[in-house]
Amino acid sequence: MTDIPATALEPELAPKTPVDERWRALRTVSRGDVIYRSALTVVALLLPLLLLLIAVELVSNAMPAVSKFGFGFLTHSTWDPVRGEFGALPLIFGTLYSSLIALVIAVPLALACAVFLTEFAPRWLRTPVATLIELLAAVPSVIYGLWGIFVLIPLLRDHVWKVARHALGWLPIFGGVFYGPSVLAAGVILSIMILPYIAAVSREVLLAVPPSQREAGLALGATRWETVWRVILPYGRAGIIGAVILGLGRALGETMAVTMVIGNRHEVSASLLQPGYTIAAAIANEFSEAVSDIHLSALFMVGAVLFVITVIVNALARVLVWRVARGSAVGSTAI
Amino acid sequence: MQGRLARRLVGSTMTGMTYGAAALAILPLAVILGMLLVKGAGSIDWNFFTKSAVPVGEPGGGFAHAIVGTLIIVGLACAVGVPIGVATGIFLAEFGGGRFGFVVRFIADVLNGVPSIVIGIFAWTWLVKPMGHFSALAGGVALGMILVPILARTTEEMVRLVPNSLREAALALGYPRWRTSLVVVVRTAAAGIMTGCLVAVARVAGETAPLLFTALGNQFFSTRVQGPMAALPLQVYVYALGPYDEWHRQAWAGALVLIVLVLALSLVARAVVRAKRQHA
Amino acid sequence: MLRFAQVAGTVALGLTALTGAAGAQEIRVTGAGATFPNPIYSKWMLEYTVVRPHIQINYQSIGSGGGIRQFTDHTVDFGATDGPMTDSQITVVHGNVLHLPTVLGAVVPTYNIPGVTAQLRFTGDVLAGIFLGQITKWNDSRLTALNPSVSLPDQDIVVAHRSDGSGTTYIWTDYLSKVSSDWSQRVGKGTSVNWPVGLGGQGNPGVANIVKQTPGAIGYVELIYALQNKIGYGTVRNSAGNYVDASLESTTAAATAAVAALDENTDFRVSITDPAGPQAYPIASFTWLLLPKQITDPVKARALLEFVWWATHDGQRFCNALGYATLPTRVVQLEEQRLKSITVNGQPVLPSNYRGR
Repeated sequence: MTDIPATALEPELAPKTPVDERWRALRTVSRGDVIYRSALTVVALLLPLLLLLIAVELVSNAMPAVSKFGFGFLTHSTWDPVRGEFGALPLIFGTLYSSLIALVIAVPLALACAVFLTEFAPRWLRTPVATLIELLAAVPSVIYGLWGIFVLIPLLRDHVWKVARHALGWLPIFGGVFYGPSVLAAGVILSIMILPYIAAVSREVLLAVPPSQREAGLALGATRWETVWRVILPYGRAGIIGAVILGLGRALGETMAVTMVIGNRHEVSASLLQPGYTIAAAIANEFSEAVSDIHLSALFMVGAVLFVITVIVNALARVLVWRVARGSAVGSTAI
Repeated sequence: MQGRLARRLVGSTMTGMTYGAAALAILPLAVILGMLLVKGAGSIDWNFFTKSAVPVGEPGGGFAHAIVGTLIIVGLACAVGVPIGVATGIFLAEFGGGRFGFVVRFIADVLNGVPSIVIGIFAWTWLVKPMGHFSALAGGVALGMILVPILARTTEEMVRLVPNSLREAALALGYPRWRTSLVVVVRTAAAGIMTGCLVAVARVAGETAPLLFTALGNQFFSTRVQGPMAALPLQVYVYALGPYDEWHRQAWAGALVLIVLVLALSLVARAVVRAKRQHA
Repeated sequence: MLRFAQVAGTVALGLTALTGAAGAQEIRVTGAGATFPNPIYSKWMLEYTVVRPHIQINYQSIGSGGGIRQFTDHTVDFGATDGPMTDSQITVVHGNVLHLPTVLGAVVPTYNIPGVTAQLRFTGDVLAGIFLGQITKWNDSRLTALNPSVSLPDQDIVVAHRSDGSGTTYIWTDYLSKVSSDWSQRVGKGTSVNWPVGLGGQGNPGVANIVKQTPGAIGYVELIYALQNKIGYGTVRNSAGNYVDASLESTTAAATAAVAALDENTDFRVSITDPAGPQAYPIASFTWLLLPKQITDPVKARALLEFVWWATHDGQRFCNALGYATLPTRVVQLEEQRLKSITVNGQPVLPSNYRGR
């Protein structure tokens, strides 16, 4: 059949046989298709719209603080609602510091777990262990916080530090009196919370490494461990870095568990044992009560900073992970 | 010979260490579950599920208002998030090959990483403030906003798993594309999509931060969605931070109920997903 | 797919039924604010459901700062605060606010020192010094001088304060500002201040919890939180030089001078910290409900006002058991006038001869 509409030919010759209609159905776009596709497209537009709205809302509400404080806001340390002076440095510092500690603890562990699951674990053990690790991600933040207050902090303060103090107390990073609520406690809890994400994504990355690589390594005489260390891990390097950055993104935004164990103090301190504050925790504590408009605006400003940081970090992570795992919803079951 | 021995030794040590790492990773889970059981199981009684909060010092309080509140708020979140998320996921799987699809997929992944507290303050400015009061509705919508990107990606993956041969068969039989997609492909992926929903619901059921400024909390039993409502994780948070032992007791019990709910949903979903993946 | 829709539909139907049925006759009023009076407010709200079963008053204790904010944003029907609104905050609501005192309470310095069970003595100066970070050990000479009969350990002092916007903080910093010029210059008073040292806890419960869990900690909480939580609290020296324990009598005594000085048109925003009087407790305060002068919803208005009337009359009998002092008679009389002045659409809500139920 040609593309000329049938009615262009002599009308009485325009065929209306079922065969012709079926051809037409296959070759042209039926109205149902157009409606279906448009409907889905409209719905799909909601996601970019949401991102845009969040960004706009945060920035516009932050403007009063920006115009009053300028970017010095990010470098000053005083958070004084009485005088209307707000400096976000302790918040940003605390957010980054606690996340760093979390990464230092979680990354080696998570990678080791991923390697364990893909290389060394006996087959029957793989699924149960993988499930258990992924379940760590399902535990609500508030329950981690509960555990942190009643178990972790007393453990760290009354047992671990009592012993470790003699060996480590002289280091500035462990300086000062350890009250309990601290950046360290927050870092430890965060590390438990991000471990499953890093482990799950790394596992997918390692699974995506072609078996030929492994076989080649073994064929050349490397031990299993050497193959992992020198062939497989370097091959999946980009994806693994992506997994780590993904974990970082998670740690930066975590709220409830952090605010329950970090001590909620607007102060920059090099010592892990001192209380600190993160952007997310400050917003949780102060948002519904910020009496002055400028206080509220300051909170929106740090919220915007957090938003921008996590968007960049997540975008970066996804790009790196996609490169190795080719665009599938990698680690989606771990989300 | 020496060299090989050393390498073998290193290898064994490292292997052992990965075993250790896995054990260490699972340890907190075991400890937390154990602790919740020990501290919380004793406080779970009939009262806990049927009575709501009472003033401190009075006996017989429970978490009924919080449990029902969570069910209602999560229900609202699903009503908002599931249609939009699943539809977006179908879009990405069926029509998402081009640049627009790439952008939407990318944004979904990015939104998945946005802290829930930011969603919370956004929901406050858009729902609570204009409406003039806190509400379960605002809380449900906030949670729904978290659901959408999660569901979009998991749905996409599930729909992608449907073999092309099914599509081709339907088209060959004369079904237009939309019908193929909706009736044949999606229906086949339906079980997988459902389990994706279960995982996502498990995640948002435990969220506290977005509810802080939207649902607010309520010490009374309430099913009115236009007003403040209690929620399980919120109640656990408030009670855990309090000084009363009575509150701590109930916080543990509430946490136990919450984690059982969340883990049960997650386990069921993951079991089905793995079965699907093996068959696909 | 169909099954899913069926299930979803049934659930939705069920929910609407529940919502519809429950929403029929009940009047719901929402308030938020101070944690300071939360124990007595939640007791009142429960007791009131016996008096008026179809009225539910939902109060969320999110801190005085939250009470003021939510009241200003009109997201709640009433607010509650122990730090009265400032003039500029009142301007934001165009003056449409009444401060109505409900009870009197006391803020105590509460501490947790291992091995010390005695009740410690403090002065305003010393408390300011501790909270400024100048006094850092429990066996500091200034503390041992005040407490010669107690053996104070060589333990670090851990300060606990509020991380949220708090009227209790307002009362505490109001007092410290009056007794210490150092404090007044460096920190000042407010519902949220720039604390020189210390850990932040959420709400009175949060601070009490930090104190309870941390050896060597000192914090400030409303009396009832220290009592219910069984943590020790100290006596404070008042302006007459006596070390006074926070009690019903001393709290009431603190209000006496201020109440006598109230004029007919008072807006009740009086501070009673560091008062005159030999038996007066120095760190006491009224706590207020914030109600609009003009309310829009007549049904809610009536329900709310009747509740406040009940609370300031019949409800006062529950105060003492929870460690709050009752309102002085003159205050109640003046409040009756204020309550009767609240209007809906220009009409007073309560009739002029209203006398409660």
